[in-house]
Amino acid sequence: MRDARGDIKRPLGLRLWLSGGWLLLLALAALLAPWIAPQDPLAQDLFTSRLPPFWESGAEPGFWLGSDSLGRDVLSRIIHGARLALIVALVAGTLTCIIGTALGLIAGYYRGWPDRIISRFVDIWMAFPPVLFAILLIAVLGTGLTSIIIAIVVIDWTRFARVIRAEAMTQGAMDYVASAQVAGRKRMGTMLAEILPNVLPTVVALLTLEMGIAVIVEAILSFVNLSISTDSPTWGGMISEGRTSVHQAWWVLVFPLITLFFTVLSFSQLGEGLKDRFDPVLR
Amino acid sequence: MMYQIKDLQLSLPDMTRKPLLGAAPRIEILRGLTFDVPQGAVLGIVGGSGSGKSTLGRAMLRLLEPTGGSITFNGQDITHLAEDDLRPMRAQMQMIFQDPMSSLNPRRRVGGIIAGPLHVQGHEGIGAKVLEALDMVGLPRSFANRYPHELSGGQRQRVGIARAIALRPEFILADEIVSGLDVSSQAQVLNLLQELVRELGLTLAFISHDMSVIRRLCDRTLVLYRGEIVEQGPTAALFANPQAAYTRDLLDAIPLPDPDQVWA
Repeated sequence: MRDARGDIKRPLGLRLWLSGGWLLLLALAALLAPWIAPQDPLAQDLFTSRLPPFWESGAEPGFWLGSDSLGRDVLSRIIHGARLALIVALVAGTLTCIIGTALGLIAGYYRGWPDRIISRFVDIWMAFPPVLFAILLIAVLGTGLTSIIIAIVVIDWTRFARVIRAEAMTQGAMDYVASAQVAGRKRMGTMLAEILPNVLPTVVALLTLEMGIAVIVEAILSFVNLSISTDSPTWGGMISEGRTSVHQAWWVLVFPLITLFFTVLSFSQLGEGLKDRFDPVLR
Repeated sequence: MMYQIKDLQLSLPDMTRKPLLGAAPRIEILRGLTFDVPQGAVLGIVGGSGSGKSTLGRAMLRLLEPTGGSITFNGQDITHLAEDDLRPMRAQMQMIFQDPMSSLNPRRRVGGIIAGPLHVQGHEGIGAKVLEALDMVGLPRSFANRYPHELSGGQRQRVGIARAIALRPEFILADEIVSGLDVSSQAQVLNLLQELVRELGLTLAFISHDMSVIRRLCDRTLVLYRGEIVEQGPTAALFANPQAAYTRDLLDAIPLPDPDQVWA
């Protein structure tokens, strides 16, 4: 009876470590921003404007990644911008995930009229161009952190609902669901105890993807000046400001862009890495 | 009588032929079946693909609701009983599924899978009952911590059997439970089932398309063809003197060991 099936080892999750490491670094930077940022991110000083990054001639110590046209330190602004980016990623991502997954599960498992109602809403929602929809929502709700989070949740829940509905339908047709009925398990219990664990890997992958998307949406809204007030540094705001002076000071545009890129990439890779590491079903 | 089934009919809507407006045409799957399952009997239900044998099984366990006729289980009419009223009765009727991979939740450990029905039915001392069930199906107790994908096909089907007997039901439906297994696992699983039927005094309905398996296990047999019973009776009599042409076809399909066969 003893065989090797129970002894298979998992591959080392390199991408889990890399993406997790970057996000952890970012989280620490966001938490400790007031203490580790070398400069005040809002302090303007025309004598230190457009300083290049440290390896170029004319750089000044204390401005490691240079400064923008108002003399504000780019590194400090990136570190402070991480706070907003991560708050939006976590809160908007999680809320979107919970609402979309719940609706998707109900539609895919219960079918019938709940499915018809939810699916029609998803169809209608998908017909709106998402960025215009976001701008419209912000116009109605007003700018601010809460509005951004609401806009992301309202727009993106369909992403979860669609995928999880399809997964729940596949899982619902499996015999283990019929077996739960034979055992006398209630439908709600079957959905939560039998189906949910089987769609959870997909949920986690979508959740981390959604966090990356939330960061991008926040950056887009900052880019079109619809995010938070200009007093709090945001990556999208920095990219927008850097765009105007890209020929004189490329670093103002490039460093926030690189940070944004790695962050979004890390979020999407984190999902895959978590799945490789923790999903008991080896594929 | 454990089961009394009278004129059982079941039809399902054919969604592929549903007109744009209006109701879909219905496909008649069971066309008026009448038979009894006595206490302690092992009833074979045999038939080809599409004969309705699995649908019959699922109707007997009320996973499907019949459209006509009646099903009486232990003297109670369960034909149109609501799920809430069926729930307490489900402890007495259990099922072993055809595909042991799909019928075991892939993200639960074997121990949790077997414990599931015990939890739902509010049993106590579940841990001990799970281990006992593993013992009875001849699996090591350490398997409680394994996931289904870590087991072989035969082992998975034993887990399915353990889950069904853990509740100590009076009736078990086995739906094509050996059709996905290799020949030696088939023999082992059938032996195990035979033993359990004797030990626990189970009443068993055994669905199969394979007459040789039916002959080994069942004392009564019912032959289904296109949703109708073409023949039923004691297995020995049915094999010795088949009445319906379809039964003779099924019997002819059994590969007999032939010493004169030459593999040229």
